[in-house]
Amino acid sequence: MVKVENIQESNLRPHRVLIAKPGLDGHDRGAKVIVRALRDAGFEVIYTGIRQTPEMIARAALQEDVSAVGLSLLSGAHMTLFPEVVRLLRKEGLEDVVVFGGGIIPDEDVSKLKKQGVDQVFGPGTPLSSIVGYLRERLEKKQ
Amino acid sequence: MKKNSKVSDAIAGVKRGDIASVSRALTLAADGRQEADELLKAFFKDLGRAQKIGLCGPPGVGKSSLSSRLISLYRKRNLKVGMLAVDPSSPISGGSFLGDRLRIQEHISDTGVFIRSIASRGMVGGLSNTIFSQIHVLEAYGCDKILIETVGIGQDEVAIARAADTVVYVTTPQLGDEIQAMKAGVMEIGDLFVVNKADLEGRDKAVSDIRSALGLGLAAPRVWEPPVSAVSARDGLGLELLLADLDRHEKYLKETPEGRRRLKNQCREELSLYVSRRLYRDFLSKVSEKDIEDLVDHKINLVDLASEILK
Repeated sequence: MVKVENIQESNLRPHRVLIAKPGLDGHDRGAKVIVRALRDAGFEVIYTGIRQTPEMIARAALQEDVSAVGLSLLSGAHMTLFPEVVRLLRKEGLEDVVVFGGGIIPDEDVSKLKKQGVDQVFGPGTPLSSIVGYLRERLEKKQ
Repeated sequence: MKKNSKVSDAIAGVKRGDIASVSRALTLAADGRQEADELLKAFFKDLGRAQKIGLCGPPGVGKSSLSSRLISLYRKRNLKVGMLAVDPSSPISGGSFLGDRLRIQEHISDTGVFIRSIASRGMVGGLSNTIFSQIHVLEAYGCDKILIETVGIGQDEVAIARAADTVVYVTTPQLGDEIQAMKAGVMEIGDLFVVNKADLEGRDKAVSDIRSALGLGLAAPRVWEPPVSAVSARDGLGLELLLADLDRHEKYLKETPEGRRRLKNQCREELSLYVSRRLYRDFLSKVSEKDIEDLVDHKINLVDLASEILK
């Protein structure tokens, strides 16, 4: 019963999230799994497909007024592309959009990415509930 | 106070043509809370300035791809285009997967195009409850054409006829025969019919099935005869003709009483949606858990309780 009420409450203003795949790898299974998990957790998720440039991602985030942008990348180009997305988002005036990422990201890169504005990075095998929980908490705090 | 300045900033920004403000205003409009009232007040003078083109039809017929093509053609004429793409919200989680942008990538860097994905948030009929407010934002932003893509639900998504000026019903050669085309619902509200994926087999049959279904049992000739065209959004075939039909329909609405009749219907529908929202916000929020308990325990009857709430 309590659960149903919670859902109805969050129904009033669901969080909007953009999930995007920057760069050239076409492995979008992970991104789709995240989209599905977030949808089932009550988020409104915009998915723009593979092979997005950082410019396209920032532009879509701007038009969609999202609270967070999730980046999935498995090609190894994360050190270039993730910070570039952050930079362009900030340039568009989206100061408080939370950027998080996932994919094949070596541990030693995670702290470097965080220093460049990436809020959180999830590696392979992360339970979906951790990602959903992180995002929910992070966005509630923001509101 | 802070909220008010946020709203007035958004209003000023939209009028200035600032994209971030439009985006913000669309969110306020979608949420439909009290603070959005200021937006509605500020933008109502722009009502009716754009041609609102609704695209409906079953899932997967190519509504998004077709929209993308139409946007390109309008951009060639240097018209400003807005698009509202509606996808369904989950009745269970309230969440939504909004995937229409995926087919409309080519306009992303064009500042003359603004695309927004919308979740239906519980409204049936293919639109969202606050779509009118969002249309007003795009009108105030100065869009000449507003494309509204409905949830692709098929036979009964007729809400679009009360929101758009021109309704385009999109189908494909491989979806049903003449009998499907004779059914009530969406087939009655189309101003234009489009058989997309005309590169597939069965194009001519589909076109003639729709034509003959539209002509069956007509008591009197119509002033506007819905054209049926075959196009391929993928290959870019037949689009110029479709565009000419869209222009012709806009002209028809301008030159006949039908245009005003539709605007009145849109106003009526928006008013009714707005009043329901207000009733919900101002009255149903007063219902307490105890009121419901009292109903269950037969302490008060529903009519008396409702009258009490509505006082």
